[in-house]
Amino acid sequence: MGEAGMNGAGRGASVTLADLEKRYDRVNAVDGVSLDIRSGEFLTLLGPSGSGKTSTLMMIAGFEMPTAGDIEIDGKSVVAMPPYRRNIGMVFQNYALFPHLTVEENIGFPLKQRGVPKAERAKLVAEALELVHLPGYGARYPRQLSGGQQQRVAVARAVVFKPRLLLMDEPLGALDKQLRENLQLEMRRLHADLGITFIYVTHDQEEALTMSDRIAVMNDGKVAQVGSPEDLYDRPTDRFVAGFIGESNFLPAIVRGMEDDIVVAECNGTTIRAVCPGRPATGDKVTLTTRPERLRFTDSAWNATPPQNRLSVTVTEAVFAGERCRYMLQAGDGTSLVLKEPSSAAIQRRAIGERAEISWSVADTILV
Amino acid sequence: MSEITQPSPIAVPLGAPRPLLLNWRRYVPLLLVAPLLIYMLVLYALPVLAMLLRSLNDPTWTLSHYAALFEDVVFMKTFWITFNTSITVTLGCLILGYPVALGLVRAKTMAPLILVIILLPFWTSVLVRSYAWMVLLGRHGLVNEGLIALGMIDRPIRILNTPLATQIAMIHILLPYMILPIANALRQIDPSLIRAASGLGATPFMTFRQVILPLSMSGVAAGTLLTFVLALGFYITPAMVGGPRDITLSMLIAQQVDQLNWAYAATLSAVLLATALAILAAARHLPGVGNAFKTSMR
Amino acid sequence: MILTRLLPASVVGLILFFLAFPIVVVAIVSFSEATYLTFPPPAFGLRWYQAYFSSADWLKPTWVSLWVAAAVVVLATFLGTLAALGVSRLSRPMRIFATGLILSPMIVPGIVVAIGIYYAYSRYGLVGTPIAMVLAHTCLAVPFVVTSVTASLAGLDPRLEQASLSLGATPGATFWQVTLPLIRPGVLVGALFAFITSFDELIVALFISGTGAVTLPRRMWDDLRFQIDPTIAAVSTLTIVLTAALMGCAHILRKRNQA
Repeated sequence: MGEAGMNGAGRGASVTLADLEKRYDRVNAVDGVSLDIRSGEFLTLLGPSGSGKTSTLMMIAGFEMPTAGDIEIDGKSVVAMPPYRRNIGMVFQNYALFPHLTVEENIGFPLKQRGVPKAERAKLVAEALELVHLPGYGARYPRQLSGGQQQRVAVARAVVFKPRLLLMDEPLGALDKQLRENLQLEMRRLHADLGITFIYVTHDQEEALTMSDRIAVMNDGKVAQVGSPEDLYDRPTDRFVAGFIGESNFLPAIVRGMEDDIVVAECNGTTIRAVCPGRPATGDKVTLTTRPERLRFTDSAWNATPPQNRLSVTVTEAVFAGERCRYMLQAGDGTSLVLKEPSSAAIQRRAIGERAEISWSVADTILV
Repeated sequence: MSEITQPSPIAVPLGAPRPLLLNWRRYVPLLLVAPLLIYMLVLYALPVLAMLLRSLNDPTWTLSHYAALFEDVVFMKTFWITFNTSITVTLGCLILGYPVALGLVRAKTMAPLILVIILLPFWTSVLVRSYAWMVLLGRHGLVNEGLIALGMIDRPIRILNTPLATQIAMIHILLPYMILPIANALRQIDPSLIRAASGLGATPFMTFRQVILPLSMSGVAAGTLLTFVLALGFYITPAMVGGPRDITLSMLIAQQVDQLNWAYAATLSAVLLATALAILAAARHLPGVGNAFKTSMR
Repeated sequence: MILTRLLPASVVGLILFFLAFPIVVVAIVSFSEATYLTFPPPAFGLRWYQAYFSSADWLKPTWVSLWVAAAVVVLATFLGTLAALGVSRLSRPMRIFATGLILSPMIVPGIVVAIGIYYAYSRYGLVGTPIAMVLAHTCLAVPFVVTSVTASLAGLDPRLEQASLSLGATPGATFWQVTLPLIRPGVLVGALFAFITSFDELIVALFISGTGAVTLPRRMWDDLRFQIDPTIAAVSTLTIVLTAALMGCAHILRKRNQA
């Protein structure tokens, strides 16, 4: 099925969310979400529970009425359309396979609703089972399958009627780590094969980073940032995104001036340079963020990349975690930082209480 | 597999959106419940209310039927007998029911057998069970014959048609209503708590007093309430095995209806109903009571 | 383990004996050959079953009871299932009113229900008709259907219905192809309860069965006023076996539904 290729432009639906709102009593579950999802894209809605990602998905699927705003699929508003007319595939949390139907009947269910004749139905079901690597499982009942197999059946059922849009609500949440990682890759492959648009909801940032073309990070009913995984990781625009995706250090600083696109700030009596999307005024109190694995001890053999920011710190905790050593550090003003260093038998571990200087690249320093 | 990757989706027939549908669906729940509500109002609730109204408007609007109850010796005696019987029966059920509930929860291989023994009488009609006690307690019944054979009595004693017969039969009939809620509560006690208690040096009796008993109180409350309220309304059993002079409120009501004394029957019905509802209302906030009537499903 | 010392098995055994013994005695007596009631029976035989099956006085009420109960099953299961589907989605005040009304026959003393129904039905000339029995018994049976169906609906994952809708099934198709098959055990259990509620019911029957719709419990009651001959034991044993069998089915269904 690799011959399907990636040139599936137009095969997937484009989805536009315009100022989408959902209010329950007095709580704004979704509070003005605007998002353009391109045809054939794998977009992930990522956020903690209660961030509004599932409500957004439910509105796209048609199970919830938006309080305000619009949802367009391929340029047509679907807000007034009941879910069973939207032609959207959906994979549910815990899969929602019909326990009283066999795998075959489950997958054939959407075809039956569409009046597909029996023979044609059997053929499409067999193809769908092959697509998810479960040929021969048709006669079983869902309870006779493992969690991973149930998940595949749910996917087969959601794509067998060739929808142009597939929604997935934490579809891997119930599985163990190993299986989850395998299925992540399989979902990517499926996305490439089918060429349709995927909207994927998860609270697992690693999952989001691995699978998505783009990620929309949601917080408090709003989209905090949309971008490619690299964008979000390397250039978070907001403290929430920096903290939610991966681990971040936050340094309070005062802006002292600009050098082209680089902001020059003072932190702990030292000058720190940072990348900055906006233009802060001199004297502003700001927060700078860096990733723990991008910090290095200045005198370490790992250290290689100028131009650099430097900071004097004291080691307060040192933990060996196999592939990495993880250090808790304290700067002069009491700010705590985390530094992750690849472990090596050749490198002496730092002792607690030891004073050291750390350095890191300006490109890895972001003003949020 | 090229089929799967074809761009055209298998469309749902009738693509036209129907915006009104979602609004219309808001009334679906009411439309579903309405037939039953109307049915029960017309064929049950309004008839009962119309009957109860006779206690207030016969022959004209008056509270005199209720006022008269306070000087009504027959009512006072009947009410006392009914209340007294219910309390005795409830206590009897509690004393006999708690050990069985414990036994049921504790048993492993025997549990299904114990459950069947509890449920078999539960599933048998009150009439048949009352009849069984007529057979057992009669003048030449098994109990009398047995006592004579054991040499405890010389000639048959009168048990059938005494208050004792009513109490025994009612305890027998209501016992499952006590056992099942208590067993439910006991089943929910984490066994590690009991192990912890004995690990901390509690004697079995202390463990029971300080761990098991307090944690099963919600079941005891539910079972007691259920048994008592059901006992208040008993009619068939006291009429069949009870004494001719020991009549319960339900029997008095039936008697008055036979004599077409509707105002009096309605007044007594109102008192009986109000007593049951008052007890339920007073106990509403006890833990476990909310579930009491779920377990009452036979 | 620890409770064994506190609670001798013999105590539990005695109480269980007290529960089971009367019913066992009725069953044994029903196989007696004696013309009067004695225990233990001097000889065993089927004479009282023969007496039952050859007497129109017994068979006619049996048919009335079976027909009434069957009609109650249809009516109560239909009305009760519909109501159970709607009741959880009603607005709060309406829900409290509806559940209160529907479940009240479980709490209101039987005699109050019976004379209320008698009071109203007698005005419309319904007393003594099988229709009146069906109408009244349905009110008593419906709470069991509603509780049973509500319980199985509560165990139903709402995502299954959502999945069905997302796969293109209309609300009607979703109900028939997904919801109903999944709550079917609850509906069946409710139907069995409804049958037994009607089949065993006596108090309402005493007031409204008249002479035209004498049911089996009513016939037994009338008979007991004059004698306690072993025919009743035979009838009782038959009803015990019938209800126990039905309840056993209900129990298995409910267990399977939970699993």
